[in-house]
Amino acid sequence: MAAFLSMGGYAAYVWSSYAITFGIMILLYVHTKRQGEKHLRWLRRRIASQEKQK
Amino acid sequence: MFKLFYHYSSLRNFYFFSEKLIPFLIAVFLALIIYSLYGALISAPADYQQGDSFRIIYVHVPSAWMSLLVYMAMGLSAVSVLVWRVKLAEITLSAIAPIGAIFTLAALVTGSIWGKPMWGTWWEWDARLTSELVLLFLYLGVIALLRAIDDRRTGARAASILCLIGIVNIPIVHYSVEWWNTLHQGPTVSKFDSPSIHIDMLIPLLTMTVAFMLYFIIISLYRIRSAILVYDKETQWVKDLITSSKREQI
Amino acid sequence: MMHPLRKKRMQLICLGILGIGVALALILTAFEKNLMYFYSPSEIHAGDAPAKRPFRIGGMVVEGSVVRQAESLGVWFNLTDTANEQMVYFEGILPDLFREGQGIVAKGQMNESGLFIASEVLAKHDENYMPPEVAEALENVSHNSEVD
Repeated sequence: MAAFLSMGGYAAYVWSSYAITFGIMILLYVHTKRQGEKHLRWLRRRIASQEKQK
Repeated sequence: MFKLFYHYSSLRNFYFFSEKLIPFLIAVFLALIIYSLYGALISAPADYQQGDSFRIIYVHVPSAWMSLLVYMAMGLSAVSVLVWRVKLAEITLSAIAPIGAIFTLAALVTGSIWGKPMWGTWWEWDARLTSELVLLFLYLGVIALLRAIDDRRTGARAASILCLIGIVNIPIVHYSVEWWNTLHQGPTVSKFDSPSIHIDMLIPLLTMTVAFMLYFIIISLYRIRSAILVYDKETQWVKDLITSSKREQI
Repeated sequence: MMHPLRKKRMQLICLGILGIGVALALILTAFEKNLMYFYSPSEIHAGDAPAKRPFRIGGMVVEGSVVRQAESLGVWFNLTDTANEQMVYFEGILPDLFREGQGIVAKGQMNESGLFIASEVLAKHDENYMPPEVAEALENVSHNSEVD
């Protein structure tokens, strides 16, 4: 396990590379989902207010 | 062929067709990521020269490949926008630009981190690194144009033009290591020669690349679908969809 | 075929891309000397490399050519591109991958006596990846064939 974590002495380089890559990908996923929900809420409110004006 | 193209490029059809795809794609993606990470970090043997630091290849190379592939997909969308004015192409261009940008950023950063212990430097202005950095600026330029121009159609056209101007950079990035003397080494996996990487090391690289492709498709679909609903917000099908379902997500 | 207006747009786009490609090709060939990342020992031998400005040299470290200075970090080594050799002197820490037979890129300047004084030494590695056992096996094969 220790050998796995230390990556032959290159731990800092290897783990930071993986963390940054997957970190960026996860952040984009979260951002995408949040933006989608925001759009849905906006659309719902819009339709609701259109209904009221009828 | 064109009939199929026209059918699915209709926003409504695309929206419902893609809905069925997403859960399947997510399942395959998760399975592949886990399998690839195991291969990359555990089962692939360490390199005779670089030791365990070579494992950075499993995030660096798929990111780099995706940075080029996404730009080419963006190029196809750009052509569709300019020549045929396809609405779905406008939406796609806007949806995938950020994804390509993050892959480019990941490729540059992981490459820099890998270069420090192996080459002895965080950065050099050789042809491969420089052209990949240019690619990042092209992506950022496309994103900036899309956001800066208020009229959606004009913004899409301007961004498409920039995208196509920059398309010459794609062969430059790819062939940079062959055309010029560079610090970055030549291709390990190329179309015509047998790969100069051991098979046990190659397999996780390929599966990780496929996983990244699936990630790209999934995120693109989310972004495109959300944009479709906003684009077609006045249509009856969208209004029915929003009011009828209790859906919390796109 | 295609709607005539669309065809025209397509042609314009292709022409535009072609034009930019040609322009870029011209610019790049004009700046080839500057873009060239390193000179080989043969090019230095032929006098192609600048005499008074810093530039980069690339080549393989010749087996048995590495000589380290006793007290300082100074080291001499020869670089080869199989046709010509160039001697390099460097004071500083060498990268992890530096070893005999390795590809090297050094930044520095030629002095009057034909010695390249390096201010920076970078290791260049090739595109081969393999586990240690395979590398050893390959070395044994090449040693055996050399003996013959």
